[in-house]
Amino acid sequence: MRGRLAWRVATVTALREETATARTLVLKVPGWPGHDAGQHVDVRLTAPDGYTAVRSYSIASSGLAADAELIELTVDRVPDGEVSPYLTQIISVGDPLELRGPLGGWFVWRPTQQEPVQLVAGGSGLVPLMAMLRARADAGSQAPFRLLYSVRRPESILYAGEVDRLGDGNGLAVTYAFTRVAPPGSARPPGRLDAALVAESAWPVDTVPTCYVCGPTPFVEAAADLLIDAGHDPARIRTERFGPTGGTS
Amino acid sequence: MTEPPFAEENLERREESHLDGNAAAGELRTLFAVDVTAADGQCAGCGRRAVLAEARLYTQAPGLVVRCAGCESVLLRVVTGSGRTWLDLRGLTYLQFATP
Repeated sequence: MRGRLAWRVATVTALREETATARTLVLKVPGWPGHDAGQHVDVRLTAPDGYTAVRSYSIASSGLAADAELIELTVDRVPDGEVSPYLTQIISVGDPLELRGPLGGWFVWRPTQQEPVQLVAGGSGLVPLMAMLRARADAGSQAPFRLLYSVRRPESILYAGEVDRLGDGNGLAVTYAFTRVAPPGSARPPGRLDAALVAESAWPVDTVPTCYVCGPTPFVEAAADLLIDAGHDPARIRTERFGPTGGTS
Repeated sequence: MTEPPFAEENLERREESHLDGNAAAGELRTLFAVDVTAADGQCAGCGRRAVLAEARLYTQAPGLVVRCAGCESVLLRVVTGSGRTWLDLRGLTYLQFATP
């Protein structure tokens, strides 16, 4: 990835409501150079008076789509946010949106990787990990994946049907950790991700997985510590935090 | 020459909330021709070597402040304003890039 980074004007081609607060924007980006799963874009909004706000959003699509100029962002509304309310409630099909990217060459998964992969998502931290799951499926990768997804309640699950479909007998095991409300009949009462659940559902240390952890900062701290305490090599744990003031979501 | 807007108290600030160096990729790509967040760097404070994406990014300060995840020393600062950008790299002994 070389050369100066320019702002591009994308056009919203479709909108999908994912949950009560999260929405996927399908964007047509003329000249999009392609991206790796896990990368993000910066989005810039400009007010009539010239005031600008820039936020980072993870790309949800795999980067292997048939139309190479289409990308998808999934945005979760931050109450009192400057940018996410516009993207989740106001922007419409046909509207322009300024963005730059793809950005970040570290928190990425490429289909050439064959080792086991442990994904750990907190809330909308699933978005870049979803790009990895989609890239794995689109590339026909046989790399064994496990996803540990911490989410408040069943109705907050992003891409629910699709995650289960991708996981069904395809070398992807999905474990949910419900923190506030668990679905009826769950063996585990609602609660935060803990050492017992990591021991039960994450890859054993001797499989030497590469781990990708994404979510709000406190979640990422806690989850990375649990993996390290379980014996995983910190050098194999890649993290992406997003903060209350926007950040990658 | 314009004075850089790096108040010394910024060096002492310890914000509660930080992001990963990843999130600085966009701003740094406006200054560098390559993705600096994927580069290895060495902290001038403690000698720790790590990918810049894994360092701690603080955005509450004026501009961007990137600190070492090991010792919290400032590795890099970027401040843009009034048509100028200040880049402070004194906390990095080196950066090592992949050059394809």
